[in-house]
Amino acid sequence: MLTFTLRRLLLAIPTLLAISLVIFLLVDLAPGSPMSEIPLTVPPDVRQRMIEALGADQPVIVRYVLWLRQFFWVEPATLFDGWFGTTWAEGEQRILSWQSRSPVFTIIGQRLPQTLTVIGTAYLVGILIALPIGIYSAYRQYSLFDQGGTLFAMIGFSVPTFFSGTLFIIIFAVWLGWFPTKYDTQLVVNDWDSFIKQIQQMALPVMTLGLANAAAISRYMRSSMLDNMGMDYVRTARAKGLSERTVVLKHVLRNSLIPVVTVIALGIPAIFGGAIITENLFGVNGIGAALIGAIHANDIPMVQTLAFIFAVLIVLFNLIADVLYGLLDPRIRYD
Amino acid sequence: MPDRAVPVLDVKGLKTVFRTRGGEIHAVNDVSFHLGKGELLGVVGESGSGKSVSMMSLIGLLPSPPADVRGGSVMLNGRDLLKISEDELRSVRGAKVGFVFQDPMTSLNPVFTLGNQIMEPLIKHMKMPKKAAEARAIELLELVGIPDAKNRLSAYPHQFSGGMRQRVMIAIALACDPDVLIADEPTTALDVTIQAQILELVKELRQKLGMAIIWITHDLGVIAGIADRVMVMYGGQVVEQAPVRELFANPQHPYTRALLKTIPAISGPREARLKVIEGQPPIMTAAPTACPFRDRCEYRFDTCDRVNPPRRAVDGAPVGQGHDVACHWSAPALAALSEVAHA
Repeated sequence: MLTFTLRRLLLAIPTLLAISLVIFLLVDLAPGSPMSEIPLTVPPDVRQRMIEALGADQPVIVRYVLWLRQFFWVEPATLFDGWFGTTWAEGEQRILSWQSRSPVFTIIGQRLPQTLTVIGTAYLVGILIALPIGIYSAYRQYSLFDQGGTLFAMIGFSVPTFFSGTLFIIIFAVWLGWFPTKYDTQLVVNDWDSFIKQIQQMALPVMTLGLANAAAISRYMRSSMLDNMGMDYVRTARAKGLSERTVVLKHVLRNSLIPVVTVIALGIPAIFGGAIITENLFGVNGIGAALIGAIHANDIPMVQTLAFIFAVLIVLFNLIADVLYGLLDPRIRYD
Repeated sequence: MPDRAVPVLDVKGLKTVFRTRGGEIHAVNDVSFHLGKGELLGVVGESGSGKSVSMMSLIGLLPSPPADVRGGSVMLNGRDLLKISEDELRSVRGAKVGFVFQDPMTSLNPVFTLGNQIMEPLIKHMKMPKKAAEARAIELLELVGIPDAKNRLSAYPHQFSGGMRQRVMIAIALACDPDVLIADEPTTALDVTIQAQILELVKELRQKLGMAIIWITHDLGVIAGIADRVMVMYGGQVVEQAPVRELFANPQHPYTRALLKTIPAISGPREARLKVIEGQPPIMTAAPTACPFRDRCEYRFDTCDRVNPPRRAVDGAPVGQGHDVACHWSAPALAALSEVAHA
């Protein structure tokens, strides 16, 4: 397993290099100028100097190599310096956002916690709701509960978040007044009251996204359980006189979880990517919002860096899913 | 030899119906039989004759719905298994009645170790602590002829061959010293040499442990080798029942006779070596009111269409004790008829 993981990690390097080149070129080739948000009253020669100052006049290959060096050396070194007080990255140029002139990773550092708290919680809540629904729906296939679960999944699948989110705001924030309509990113959690406030303001976005997540995962869980319910080993377990609980929650579930766990692992990069619509709807100032802002402003370094981080996460979680698969299913051994 | 007169298992009038969208399927119709201590009863019949369904009905192994065990009684050591609660039934399954299934490749759970799967019934039924269960599991693996048993406990099913897995299945079925072992075509999925090994193993275990065995198969050759008594099933009912030698020497029912003829001959002209019974077994959409075999029977006459023949004794012993058959014809009459037919 260890050699497999190491081999896959090594293989990931050329993959990611290729992806980085594609991302860099694609974003660079897109029309637009970093000066598009600068007022038209600024004279052309000043604009030209601004472009030079950003380094945007350099040939694309130079910028690509510079960016690679910044991404793989300067930024990790800066992080390291921050932790241990070393001076590896002193005097080095970090990846700067063209829009705000501050380091891209500083912006990410500010935005990511918002995204992870809200969207991560939504994913977790989605899983916690989906698994029991999927398991029980499969155990009592075609029962009223199963029909209800199917309806729930269909709604979760087909209703877009901008609709369900707005609906939740109207019902729970406007009519009932239980939760605030907007997410306050300035809120600092330092005592019980602020913690309650945080929970309250998270409730609506988490509900909106959790519904969508739970819908998909509950269907996976259900169909995986159904695949296994009819297997011969289930009959063997019953013939041993084991309780239904043991038969379903030990024998069937353990087998059914294998594909579901991989699906869940593969969905994790999406958490980091943020949920652009939901973040916008509730005013969560997260990664999704940052990405949209950067695209609007032609902030090429920001877009490239974010896109590449998503690529790294996707490659990484693919590997994690494969390793989990091997751990959960004894028939799969990679060495 | 143990006393065979005392039945461990006494089944009377068992009826099982499957409720499907297209209506009811009467899979088991009024099946009665008994099983003496240490006896090996062979159950023969083609696919769909109700062999497996009957045996699974005994201990509530059929999923319900769609299966519905409608009537009869199943007395195991004086207790009616059809009348006890699901919980009590669970304490019988795996403890008093062991089950070995047809396909060892899929009958074991792929994600748990063999040790875990063997120990499960021990911990559940005999309340053994883990250490004792482990020791017993090793003992069981040795009993079914798996070498290096101690180290095999941590193995997974996919690391074992089909024959080895069937040995493990037998070990699981025997774990709690059952009174009855039901083997549902345990050698069908195995190749012939492994089949012979498993048969030898069962014979040996029977000598050692003295449990009664119900052996379901469609292979008459296997039955001839190990059974004490044979029950032939067709269309969800028992059509003939006799001690093994008697059945092979003096088959009564046209179906049994046809079955015996289907055993391929090694010598003789090529075309004549493999006999078949033309037609398909019936799908019983209602309780039978006529002989289920009539459509494929060469001796069919008007009574066969009107009356489902009851089982009647052939040798004077009460039905179920000696040789009995469910056919309107008697054997001498059949013999005379077939002479006329072939003249």
